[in-house]
Amino acid sequence: MQSEIISIILMYLKAFAVGGGICLIAQIIINFTDLTAGKILVYFMLAGVALTALGLYQPLVEFAGAGATVPISGFGYLLASGAMKGAERGLFYAITGALSAAAAGVTAAVVFAFLMALIFKSRTKRN
Amino acid sequence: MTRKGNTIFFKNSPRILSYAAVVGSKESEGIIGSYADIALADDMYGESTYEKAECKMLSTAISLAIEKGGLKQGDIDVLLSGDLLNQIISASFAARDFDFPFLGLYSACSTMSESMLLGATLVDGGYAKNAVCATGSHFASAERQYRYPLELGCTRPPQAQWTVTGAGGLVLSRKGGRIAIINGTMGRVCDLGVTDVNNMGAAMAPAAADTIMRHFKDTGTEPGDFDLILTGDLGALGSRILKDLTWEKGFDISANHVDCGEIIYKVIESEFQGGSGAGCSASVLNSYVLTKMDAGLYKRVLFAATGALLSTVSSGQGESIPCISHAVELEYCG
Amino acid sequence: MTGKTRENYNRNYLNYVKTQDPPTKHFKNCLAAFGVGGLICCIGQFIRYTLEYVGLSGDELAGATSIILIFLGCLLTGLGVYDRIGRYAGAGSIVPITGFANSVTSPAIEFKTEGWIYGMAAKMFTVAGAIIVFGVCSGVIVGLIYLFL
Repeated sequence: MQSEIISIILMYLKAFAVGGGICLIAQIIINFTDLTAGKILVYFMLAGVALTALGLYQPLVEFAGAGATVPISGFGYLLASGAMKGAERGLFYAITGALSAAAAGVTAAVVFAFLMALIFKSRTKRN
Repeated sequence: MTRKGNTIFFKNSPRILSYAAVVGSKESEGIIGSYADIALADDMYGESTYEKAECKMLSTAISLAIEKGGLKQGDIDVLLSGDLLNQIISASFAARDFDFPFLGLYSACSTMSESMLLGATLVDGGYAKNAVCATGSHFASAERQYRYPLELGCTRPPQAQWTVTGAGGLVLSRKGGRIAIINGTMGRVCDLGVTDVNNMGAAMAPAAADTIMRHFKDTGTEPGDFDLILTGDLGALGSRILKDLTWEKGFDISANHVDCGEIIYKVIESEFQGGSGAGCSASVLNSYVLTKMDAGLYKRVLFAATGALLSTVSSGQGESIPCISHAVELEYCG
Repeated sequence: MTGKTRENYNRNYLNYVKTQDPPTKHFKNCLAAFGVGGLICCIGQFIRYTLEYVGLSGDELAGATSIILIFLGCLLTGLGVYDRIGRYAGAGSIVPITGFANSVTSPAIEFKTEGWIYGMAAKMFTVAGAIIVFGVCSGVIVGLIYLFL
């Protein structure tokens, strides 16, 4: 029981460190270059895809859990691992595997964004 | 009317009959708050979209200025106005509310001084008895057009400026009023190759320096002759660069230079370098500065608003930012 | 055509402007990004544990976790809170999946005034569209490479 609690706490710490670390790298890139938010998101997603394809991201996901899947590079991981699993089943699944794996995230984003647009109104800011 | 270099000298020195400014809630907390005619509690001004709010502010500033001058709509010969939005919709839609002719201008944030320069020329030449010059901007509509949606959680770099929510208008007339426009220098487009769209101050400072120094040369004046050298929206960083650029050429303006963007907000913390936008110089000039001039506190003011002539398309294509600055000289004449 | 090219920019002035740039607060920015990014990941981990307790597993668990996080991101955007977090946290709130949700929701809310079809729906992916485009394309490339390997 006690060891279970310790492992859960350790998992949170690992998630915090790895997730925070990925954001820290992004912040350092933003500080030293003039990359905008949109570009950072694309580059980190592509980095996630590339690292997964090279087999380097899977160990990180196993190590840090949500710390590696929650950042946008985790979205890339989802796409690439979906495509890799699909590739084992044939050409059709190799092509559709990526988006099928990411379907939950994309669907949620579109549907919730639509709902929020129905409910909320744009407001001006004062600071 | 005579000319020397790029400067037009007005023989009949057209007067500023009246002026009015409408400012947003954030701006009203600063130095101009107690001088502005209307300080909005709600930046939407009771409208449903930001663009409509901007248009209503501009239209209110114009009608207030006419009213304060004791004139009626029929007395106005022409309206010179522009704003920051695509196809200057705020100005054209505001002009819909009035019966007199409208000349639309676009000179980004320097629209105020360009409209004053052209208005003074028309009035001085006798082609118009009363001309209205006005411009304005709105933070939310400018942010939406030039940058990102307001709700997007992105950081503002430390050199960024904050677009002013405000509008200002004034009536130029042959007679009446204690402030005269005695001459004006037309600006040249300057582009030294700054591409950073967040660093407007650095992009616009060379244009301001160029116009101000040509004004000194053409009129044979020097910085000490003016009580105030007022630039538009260079911000704290741009003002520093402007002082450096003019000092390098032998003009020391540091004693009497004031930048509207630098003084408009009470605390420059989240606004970083200060205010920007067409409404910045328009609202500061038409409230604080002209009120002080009317009271005789400033005798001679050089007003040089600056504008960055870029669009999202040009910056997307990697072009640098061409900038312009027009100057008008205002004099108190009792 | 314009005669203004990268080659004849005024180098002296640009170098001078660089020296005048206000300093970026590196340490503060990085600390905020690390803290907020880590916190969002911990919330993700918490949701994961909770769902695991409820009885989800595998792909379902991962999918449900990201759906809940995206919902939170969208909701905070709608309430006007997320952009405030973003001002202080920088990359800490951009990089997590909630930042993706923010980049979809913010134009949707903002451009609602231009109509539902050409405003809200068409502009929804002004920022996030690039992620979908590059994500799908790179995913297909990875799939094809693994197929023929």
